[in-house]
Amino acid sequence: MTPAWFWPAMLLLALVAGYSVHRVAALQGGRWTGMATAALFGAWVLVFWEILVRALDVPRVLLPAPSLVMGSMGDHAPKLWGDFVQTVGKAVLIGWALGCGLGFCVAVAIDRMPFLQRGLLPVASLTSAIPLVGMAPIAVMWFGFEWPSKAAVVVLMTFFPMLVSTLAGLQAAGKLERELMYSYAASYPRTLLALRLPAALPFIFGALKVNATLALIGAIVAEFFGSPTSGLGFRISTEAARMNMPLVWGAIVVAAVTGSVAYALLVQLERRAAFWHPSVREG
Amino acid sequence: MKCVKPWRTATMAESRTWSQRAVHDWLPVAVVLLSVVIAWYVAAWALNAPGAIERVLDEEAGYTQLELFEATMTMERPLMPAPHQVAMDFYESLTEWPVDSPRNLIYHVLVTGQSTLLGFVMGTALGLLLSVLIVHSRTLDKALLPWIVASQTVPVLAIAPIVLVVLGSLGFSGTAPKAFIAMYLCFFPVTVAMVQGLRSPQKIETEMMHTYAASRWQSLWLLRLPAALPFLFPALRVGVAAGLVGAMVAELPTGAQAGLGARLLTGSYYGQTVQIWSALVMSALLGLALTGAVAGVERLVLRSRGGV
Repeated sequence: MTPAWFWPAMLLLALVAGYSVHRVAALQGGRWTGMATAALFGAWVLVFWEILVRALDVPRVLLPAPSLVMGSMGDHAPKLWGDFVQTVGKAVLIGWALGCGLGFCVAVAIDRMPFLQRGLLPVASLTSAIPLVGMAPIAVMWFGFEWPSKAAVVVLMTFFPMLVSTLAGLQAAGKLERELMYSYAASYPRTLLALRLPAALPFIFGALKVNATLALIGAIVAEFFGSPTSGLGFRISTEAARMNMPLVWGAIVVAAVTGSVAYALLVQLERRAAFWHPSVREG
Repeated sequence: MKCVKPWRTATMAESRTWSQRAVHDWLPVAVVLLSVVIAWYVAAWALNAPGAIERVLDEEAGYTQLELFEATMTMERPLMPAPHQVAMDFYESLTEWPVDSPRNLIYHVLVTGQSTLLGFVMGTALGLLLSVLIVHSRTLDKALLPWIVASQTVPVLAIAPIVLVVLGSLGFSGTAPKAFIAMYLCFFPVTVAMVQGLRSPQKIETEMMHTYAASRWQSLWLLRLPAALPFLFPALRVGVAAGLVGAMVAELPTGAQAGLGARLLTGSYYGQTVQIWSALVMSALLGLALTGAVAGVERLVLRSRGGV
């Protein structure tokens, strides 16, 4: 039972939390105050989560307290590290690199074949509506339980977005610039390297970022269909079946942090590679 | 009303340009699809040949290449079923079983489609509501929006098993947990796109609403929402496709009774490759139908608003 003062105290704390977030949000300033607001809000959510779960004795199965999740992550750190290496280090990274690389190469290769482009583009665009991750059981059948089957699913999922984006990006160079290259009598490869690929960079990075998330989803879901005894998806599904929810949340935290870090790295890379582009300069 | 130009009566010329356009637009697609089918047959032959030699053909008696080819095309549980095998299985499941039989794919489509659509509607409603709140509240904008945007970089689908366990222990089963997962997958893209869309009116337009002394509601209803429509529909297409994946994944750990995801899983348990492939084809068709429906609504709405 919670003591009588608990709910009034919680109400007071909620008011303090709401007011503090409100005040920080009202501060004038650049990106940092915006991030501070979000961070403060997230921190308050964690505090309330912890207090309420403990005070109300919410069963661990429903919602473990954040401290429990952290503790479980600490206890099972080697296990989670193994899962991370298995899923992210092998399946996601290799599949993502292969899928994006293939999509890029095919797009560049069919750049001079309008017939193939007109044929491939509608088909490739339609694949975004198709649950490609359903190929997972077939990939497991062909490539076995180990990481190659997951990487295959990831390749399949990342290939089409990259193909479509690169094709769109190669059309993005302005008419004026193209005519300039033409007036320089620049050869096709020269125009491609000096003008059209750089102009396509924002599109390519857009696809790389989308694909990073897609690759994580693909590898994790593919592991739900059958996997060796490690991997984030394997951990999530088996520990959920064993009702060991703190560890499940821990695996999800690992996946979430991986996704965010990958995204942040790609944004930094884009800033370096396409620093001249208006879309980067404004941001 | 559309203006009909009376001097353009030469239907012959128009029909020719129409057919020319068909050749220009559809021939390449047809060629690509045809080569996919051919590649599929070649892959089926290449992948099945070792199994066929081992299981079907008599190695000592010898066999001709034609027999080998035939065997790879008609195997019982091939590594890679040939397209016609999948098409036959697909057709048989649709015609030879009643709609309420688990052997009919339509039954699974109904189960999965129902939870997808329910989740899609709930997720869209929630996303719309939240985006309106975010646009009107600086605090929510600063505190909540970064998290929602960040969630786009996180594999949120991984939470599906937790949702299933939690809702299961609360006594929900059947459609509800699947719809819930489809809902939160639809919710994120809709919210992000709608916040962008509701903010898309230019300053000059919002200032005009201001000079008309329009209330917040009026400027939301008359200016912001119409301006956000072009942002909303692409997000809805993304959302409905994500919701379908969510609903299918949600069917995996539930004991696998009904739904396309369950069909995939039982197929992979029992090595019924033809069944897996026809379920895959069906889920692809369902995904295309759902996004196609959203695209159709988009065209209707934008046209009725006098857009392009």
